[in-house]
Amino acid sequence: MSIQVRNLNVWYGRSQALYDINLSFESLGATAVIGPSGCGKSTFVRCLNRMHEEIEGGRVQGEVVIEGVNIYARSIQPMYVRRRIGMVFQRPNPIPTLSIFDNVALGPRLNGLARGAALKERVERSLREAALWNEVKDRLGEAAAQLSGGQQQRLCIARALAIEPKVVLMDEPASALDPISTFQVEELINQLKSAYPVIVVTHNMQQAGRIADQTAFFLQGKLIEVGETTKFFAHPAQKETEDYITGRFS
Amino acid sequence: MSVLVEQQQPAANPFQAPRTAHNARRRASSIAIVVLSLLATAFAVAVLLYLLLYVLRAGIPYINLDLFTKIPTPNGEPGGGLGPSIQGSLILVGLASLFGIPLGLSTGIFLSEFGRGAIAMGVRFLVDVLAGIPTIIFGLFAWILIVVPQQSFSGLAGGVALGIIMIPIVARTSEEVLRLVPKELREASLALGATESRTILRVVIPAASSGIVTGVVLAMARVAGETAPLLMTAFGNPFFSADITRPIDALPLRIFNFAESPYQAQINQAYAGSLVLIVLILITSFAIRWATGGFKRSVR
Repeated sequence: MSIQVRNLNVWYGRSQALYDINLSFESLGATAVIGPSGCGKSTFVRCLNRMHEEIEGGRVQGEVVIEGVNIYARSIQPMYVRRRIGMVFQRPNPIPTLSIFDNVALGPRLNGLARGAALKERVERSLREAALWNEVKDRLGEAAAQLSGGQQQRLCIARALAIEPKVVLMDEPASALDPISTFQVEELINQLKSAYPVIVVTHNMQQAGRIADQTAFFLQGKLIEVGETTKFFAHPAQKETEDYITGRFS
Repeated sequence: MSVLVEQQQPAANPFQAPRTAHNARRRASSIAIVVLSLLATAFAVAVLLYLLLYVLRAGIPYINLDLFTKIPTPNGEPGGGLGPSIQGSLILVGLASLFGIPLGLSTGIFLSEFGRGAIAMGVRFLVDVLAGIPTIIFGLFAWILIVVPQQSFSGLAGGVALGIIMIPIVARTSEEVLRLVPKELREASLALGATESRTILRVVIPAASSGIVTGVVLAMARVAGETAPLLMTAFGNPFFSADITRPIDALPLRIFNFAESPYQAQINQAYAGSLVLIVLILITSFAIRWATGGFKRSVR
């Protein structure tokens, strides 16, 4: 399992959001993508499962090679890419009209992956993996909207895991949560990263330090630096990185 | 010798409104606006209540079983009923829904989900124009399209005319509510690998269902009361007939005919028919909302 990004250029309409990104991810472990607002970090992860195209005017050039396959090759359909790559968004987005169970079952059902007992088993496994099972096992039929914000986000993580993804992408998964829920989500990421490659966008550098094995720093659409997290924060190689992580940034 | 009288001024209350002319005007205009809006609301509600009560008072004495089961008597003889009209209205609105709801809903989905650029602008404009056209024009259209080639008035023609009237109402209301479904929900489904069509059918439409139902009910209620387009399509029929290739009766048509009748018995039945029409519309809209779960807050 490896991901290589080669010469990735991305546009929104006429304005370019990412310039010549080259980056590769190794099999397991968590990668944090940090940078100031508008630096293109969310755009970058959205390019890894072709969600960028869903934004009007979104356009991508370059290659993203996952397990030897370029997902931007002409013969690849975006939905098959997304079927293998789970994504968790900034705001918890469970489907409010569906029950807790149905939210997790949504992916398998939409893609015809499982039904009946197998589906139940898959939902339970996903909820356990997302550390939510004990809180919701007696109320699977309740509306997802009844859960707290932190629980909703873990429900969304369970939903992403239910399609048995190869990679899990998270776009600022904790930025809309309170400190305790944030802690729970971070714990969860620390567990998940031993089973899946996890790529997490965050604007919180402490969080990057707590969860990530590798950290990448984006600035104004360019990848400035990427490296092992402890080294990255202790001895940044680039001046811009040092300015950003020490808060000396204008 | 002078005594200094300490004027013990109370500390100025910062929340005390100043007694100025400007402030008095502000308060007066504020009260005036509230009173005006209350009066206007009271007037609007009073008109509606008067209308309802008047129809109730005039219609209730003539509501009986015969009204629902019997056919109208000839020449204004007392007795008889509006059975064929009630049956016909139900058939016509059903037919209209069969045409109007799928077409309108599909148009709404197109406008909110796929419609981009000039084509969508054009379609939206046309739908708005369609919504503003006097309904008798739709009757004329169905007359040319169906009645003339068939050489006969028919329930089918009436249903088609009413169905076309429903299209713009259903299309615009469903477009509006589909647009309100947050982008995050679509992304949630797309990110799971769902196709666009499945996302729309399984996630977006269910999320907007109560709004869509409201639009559908509105459209059905609207066409249930249409008279003009039926004059030259369904035409009316004093006998029971469920054959949609033949003329068929409708409550608004019968009310229209009876209300200007010289016979008191028919005028009374027109009132009773109006009441039945109102109650039928109420019952249908409640039934549809109940059946589609519009009253429930949570799932299951």
